Amino acid sequence: MKIEEFLYHEAHLLDTQRLEEWLALFTEDATYWLPLERDQKDPIETSSIVYDDRTLLELRVKQARHPRAHARLPLARTVHQVSNVASREVENGEFEVHSTLVLVEFRSDKQRVWGALVNHRLRRTGEGYHIARKRVDLVNSEGELDGIAILF
Amino acid sequence: MEVFDRDRLAMLVQPDRVHRSVYADPAIFDLEMERVFGRAWLILGHDSQLKSPGDYFTTRMGREPVIVTRDEKHEIHVLINRCAHRGTMVCAEGRGNTERFVCPYHGWSYDRTGALRTIPFGSGYQQETLKNLELKKVPRVASYRGFLFASLAPSGDSLEAFLGPAKASFDDFVDRAPGGELEVTGGVFKHAYNGNWKLMLENHLDGAHPAWVHASSVAVARNAPEPGKPGEEHYFDIAVRQMRQNGAPESVWENTGIWATPRGHGYMGDYHDDSRLVAGMGNPVFEEYRRKLAAATNEKEADRILRVTLWNTVLYPNCSFMSQFRQLRIIHPLAVDRSVVCTYSFRMPQAPQRLFRDTIAFSNVVNGTASWVLTDDLEVYERIQRGFASGAVEWAQIGRGFGRDVEEPGGVRGATGTSEVYIRAQMRAWLDYMTA
Repeated sequence: MKIEEFLYHEAHLLDTQRLEEWLALFTEDATYWLPLERDQKDPIETSSIVYDDRTLLELRVKQARHPRAHARLPLARTVHQVSNVASREVENGEFEVHSTLVLVEFRSDKQRVWGALVNHRLRRTGEGYHIARKRVDLVNSEGELDGIAILF
Repeated sequence: MEVFDRDRLAMLVQPDRVHRSVYADPAIFDLEMERVFGRAWLILGHDSQLKSPGDYFTTRMGREPVIVTRDEKHEIHVLINRCAHRGTMVCAEGRGNTERFVCPYHGWSYDRTGALRTIPFGSGYQQETLKNLELKKVPRVASYRGFLFASLAPSGDSLEAFLGPAKASFDDFVDRAPGGELEVTGGVFKHAYNGNWKLMLENHLDGAHPAWVHASSVAVARNAPEPGKPGEEHYFDIAVRQMRQNGAPESVWENTGIWATPRGHGYMGDYHDDSRLVAGMGNPVFEEYRRKLAAATNEKEADRILRVTLWNTVLYPNCSFMSQFRQLRIIHPLAVDRSVVCTYSFRMPQAPQRLFRDTIAFSNVVNGTASWVLTDDLEVYERIQRGFASGAVEWAQIGRGFGRDVEEPGGVRGATGTSEVYIRAQMRAWLDYMTA
């Protein structure tokens, strides 16, 4: 499988709300990070819009399925548009992948457009890949943002 | 046009119910900006944001964009961010250090006190017309234990009188820091919602809402892996503990202390202790912190400080903070149905660094714009605003515990932890400001 195809597959899972399958793409030691600040160096001493280990990411997916998840019921409809994919193998079977994301979100009469630089660390497993790290730098991360109940 | 005289306003805010227009009428909002935000002391930030001469940051006081500066004599000034010439904001939003604020339009420049220093092509003016021009100063500036406040009103109560019993919450905030040293750092969350500013202040002392609003995050946290023992914590522990705490049994909420003051401030106690949430009692890092606190004071004082258990304190009309977890939120009303909340984290420079990591992890869970917890609060604020936009039903109820409030020195305590005593106090303060 080409890396581009993997990223399109990931986006498709999110856009069709197959969140459990999306979660299964992440390794057990994975992190999923949306920094708060531009060029943020670390997720430990500066706040983050999201900084999840695998356990917290799983709670995020489970919350989305709860019958009283007010901000997630119904889930927003989304289109994840992935492009400008560039990848390089950094160690045996591990790849650093940079891409850009344009995301359109619609829920409750509000439509929003997001733009982000995305960095994946992918681990080759069998025929496919798993996500060992995902970092999403929203262009408006430091702006005044309404609540975010979608996955990037 | 409707006239909001004393009788009319008093009719909207009754002891146990509030008229929807208080949240939904743009004319009332305009009046609030003038009479509530134009009169009250508003918190702006903390000393540590202005360490050196020339340091500044921008913020808002109600509708007014302001620059908070420190001058060469270390005095603090709060200046309206508007050029005296053509009305341009002289300072882009943000923070930094500067000797002069130079207007981008025609180059008029002002010093750190707001005094007008240069006017390009100035010979074209009649000189006497220029002598009173400046960046307008906000008339009253004061601080309490390092927290900066200002008031747009030239006269009124002192800051200490305004704070009243709420001073104790700031004392707790500062006393917990070894050496009394605190620093704003770690990023600022700015979350917005399509709802009235009062909705946030009312929600932050509401012990009856978590079981409903936060039901989904409580449920997933209950099924999460168990938090680690002291010294063996996982990264996810703080998130899981906090989300579980929102699902505390009814008896916990009913037995939580809730107090309100005549100025509309309120605070909630006895809800968390340090063992439940942070790297707590028994954890080696917490013990090190306790030793530093005791070294800076004494053993007895350290024990006294750590036994204070305050959850949210609401400072009416623009702030809510958690002294124990070093989070402070400032709310900026933008329109009757639009608000922005800035959330700041505080580090204790003389405490173990690990404690600040916990503050950050906690901040992400409770105040993160995408957090499990906050997103459901914001959803509910927006639904309240939509409900209040309807004229079909006029009143909202604030009568839980009404008639059973317990008078105490400096204010009232709710009969139980879920009493709406704090909303009644906020509304009474609102009416005082609006009719003063």
